Amino acid sequence: MSFADPAPKAGFRLSQLIYDTRYRSYTIQVVVLLLLVAVLVWLVNNTVANLAVRGKDINFDFLWGRAGYDIGQTLIPYTNDSTHGRALVIGLLNTLLVAVLASFFATILGVIVGVLRLSNNWLVARLMTVYVEVFRNIPLLLWIILVFVILGETRPGPKDFKVTQEMLDAGQQPAASMWFWDSVAVTNRGTNIPRPLLEHGIGSFDILGLPINLSVIATILVLFGSIWVNRILLRKASAMQEATGIRPTTWWKSLLIIVVPTLALLLAMGLHFEYPELKGFNFQGGLLVFHSLTALLVALTLYSATYIAEAVRSGIQAISRGQSEAAHALGLRPGRTMSLVIMPQALRVIIPPLISQYLNITKNTTLGMAISYMDLKGTLGGITLNQTGRELECMLLMMLIYLALSLLISALMNIYNNAVRLKER
Amino acid sequence: MASPLFVRNDMLPPLPPPAGERGVVKWLRENLFSSVLNSVLTLLACLAVLWLASFILPWLAHSVWNASSLAECREKIAASFGPEAAGPCWAVIRLRWNQFLFGLYPQAEYWRPTTAAALMMVSLSPVLYYGLRRPALNITVTMTVLLVLALIGLGTDWGHIVLSVAIMLALMAVAATAPKRLLWLTLLFPFIAFFLIWGGPIWTAVGTLAGFVIFALVWQFVQKPLGVVVGAGVGLVVAAIWWTSLQSSVTGVLAAALPWGLPYVVSDNIGGFLLAFVIGITAISASLPIGVLLALGRRSDMPLIHSLSVGFIEFFRGVPLITVLFAANFLLLYFLPPRTNFDLILRVIIVVIIFASAYIAEVIRGGLAALPRGQYEAADALGLDYWQAQRLIIMPQALKISIPGIVSSFIGLFKDTTLVALVGLMDPLQGVTKIVRSDNAWKGLYWEPYIFVGGIFFLVCFSMSRYSMYLERKLKTDHR
Repeated sequence: MSFADPAPKAGFRLSQLIYDTRYRSYTIQVVVLLLLVAVLVWLVNNTVANLAVRGKDINFDFLWGRAGYDIGQTLIPYTNDSTHGRALVIGLLNTLLVAVLASFFATILGVIVGVLRLSNNWLVARLMTVYVEVFRNIPLLLWIILVFVILGETRPGPKDFKVTQEMLDAGQQPAASMWFWDSVAVTNRGTNIPRPLLEHGIGSFDILGLPINLSVIATILVLFGSIWVNRILLRKASAMQEATGIRPTTWWKSLLIIVVPTLALLLAMGLHFEYPELKGFNFQGGLLVFHSLTALLVALTLYSATYIAEAVRSGIQAISRGQSEAAHALGLRPGRTMSLVIMPQALRVIIPPLISQYLNITKNTTLGMAISYMDLKGTLGGITLNQTGRELECMLLMMLIYLALSLLISALMNIYNNAVRLKER
Repeated sequence: MASPLFVRNDMLPPLPPPAGERGVVKWLRENLFSSVLNSVLTLLACLAVLWLASFILPWLAHSVWNASSLAECREKIAASFGPEAAGPCWAVIRLRWNQFLFGLYPQAEYWRPTTAAALMMVSLSPVLYYGLRRPALNITVTMTVLLVLALIGLGTDWGHIVLSVAIMLALMAVAATAPKRLLWLTLLFPFIAFFLIWGGPIWTAVGTLAGFVIFALVWQFVQKPLGVVVGAGVGLVVAAIWWTSLQSSVTGVLAAALPWGLPYVVSDNIGGFLLAFVIGITAISASLPIGVLLALGRRSDMPLIHSLSVGFIEFFRGVPLITVLFAANFLLLYFLPPRTNFDLILRVIIVVIIFASAYIAEVIRGGLAALPRGQYEAADALGLDYWQAQRLIIMPQALKISIPGIVSSFIGLFKDTTLVALVGLMDPLQGVTKIVRSDNAWKGLYWEPYIFVGGIFFLVCFSMSRYSMYLERKLKTDHR
């Protein structure tokens, strides 16, 4: 009886590094690593040499220096004596303001348009298709600039709102008038809206120079608290429905629970509005919203809503027809079919593209630069960069902040996505 | 006696459906007034349409096409339609269309970008319809006719018209005899277009092309014994040596000996839709292969390659394009050896390619993830190596799945070319429109240039999206 000889034990040959799949991946990775290190060294060397040629260094101390420029629209107090660091925070807050508001409005508009586009009403569906196609296929920058130019060049100046005694006597109307019961005035300088004021707010304190308004925080806490209480109520109602088959009426309780505590708190703090009034050549009082903010917000909302509408539409269409047919067979009316059967399932398909839309909105706020909206790009990456000449530091810091913002948003939305996802076991 | 049985010999003619169940009435009832809510929506929509039309139609009816300034336009409108009437002044487009299309490109050289555009369409034909004689011939003939008309319209001298037509006729002959050979035009097109648009001695383009030829030759030799990756690496090193140290001296000698070429056009003069198309098309065609490589890198088993790809993709997807453009403007010169200085358009194109490829990579990764594991296993079972499996089995299916995503990335990319205005280039939307609007004769004009520019963008993007829908339907092989 004889056995085959065991395979000859060859030693390791150098050619195995390329030909043997076990080693080849290591070879490739080592080569890539070496190349990467070489490129990095080359880049750093170049940067050091370039900085030396220009007599510069890498130094972030400029953030604590005096900024010396004014910013029109600020959410927290700022003067031109503030630091560049504070200007950065102002810019970041302005970016967040537009991003949050545009995401909010675009979601509402997008969901409505997406659902209407699937409506069996021929005219409405066609109109929505036209809206979506027109806004999707034309650059966002055009919409931003167009809205800005139209607001700035067609609206009347503040003096056109003036009503004099002679005009009243002659029975003449002023060239322009305020909207919404004399509370909003859109002039060529900006939009004047009422400013909410508190008679006796709870006050505020500073953290690292950033004012934290206790009244706002208290309002938000109360609002979230009542939403939480409302959820308990709804859960109890569902439990009762499952036990007895009868769902108790909850809508008026929900409304009371959500509205009353917040309203009571606001009234207790003495909420009232300061209305803009024409004094001399300009509007005084109230809140002046710059056209750059309005234009960016309007254009971004209209543009992003089309993408959200498409996400909603494809999400609804992804649900198989059998689902809606089954719901109809059970005798559910179209509205209830949508809210009870289709939407809960479609939501899972809609959320991932919605996340990327929110990210896109946040990134697209940088386009406000074209109409000199003072967002992060306008302060840190614009005037601060030009004044201090620290391109490297400003650009790196700005990119890092945007990157952190993007990662943060996608992390938050992924948590939500995981919460609503179908639990597969 | 007559039989009590009644047998019908002929069928009764069918009655027409009730009036409410046919024709326009039925359609109206089903599509516009199927319920109370729908009726209300229909009425609201009708009101909205009428309200919009009541503004837009009279305005359009008052168009003025011949005027030299806005004031003259207003006068003409007031004279013909009364003092209250408002209307668009398309005269500004009539007078300034060349700036919208070409920027400050010298007027005598308009034939060059126009010929490049015609060549581009011809070189697209083998990509869209590989090896099919009829579409290739159709496209070539159509483009020749259009090119001649456009060149005559642009007032080109006869010499250049004859030259362009001769080139097109040669291509027509190729399309008629061997349509597959047109693929060579596609490969050569980037160099031809670069030479046509920027001009200068022809040897610069030839030298750059020679680098790619060297790369291909080295790759052919090395790839057989050492594998695709090593082959590409060695080829790249050799080509880089040619580009960086040899090319300029060789082309210098050639240019001195044979001074062939076209008048040089400075990058600052390239603007308008020419710029948008140069950036858009370069970035689109370059970002697809890089995106495929990045997507493959992200799905690689090698941890280093995987994490590098992830880092690259996530970084560029996380920052706005404007910051990347500004980095190209401010920072790129820090990272390159001191005293290097290269063209702003080139810098912008490079960063746009990098930016777009990160997005394409994610789209293609989605397509790769959608393929069932069985496809990979089948490729392994057939004994295909990695690149063969990718080329023959994985990529054709993955790319097909990702067509809608890829095309919408391309549309986004083309729309994003407007952002280059913010780093000082003359794009049609910001750059040119600003120049036109700041002209004293046309101050106070806003609708007309934006409608014109927006209209062209709409045409291009809309046709791209429709083509992708057509492609999706054509390639659909599942049976649902």
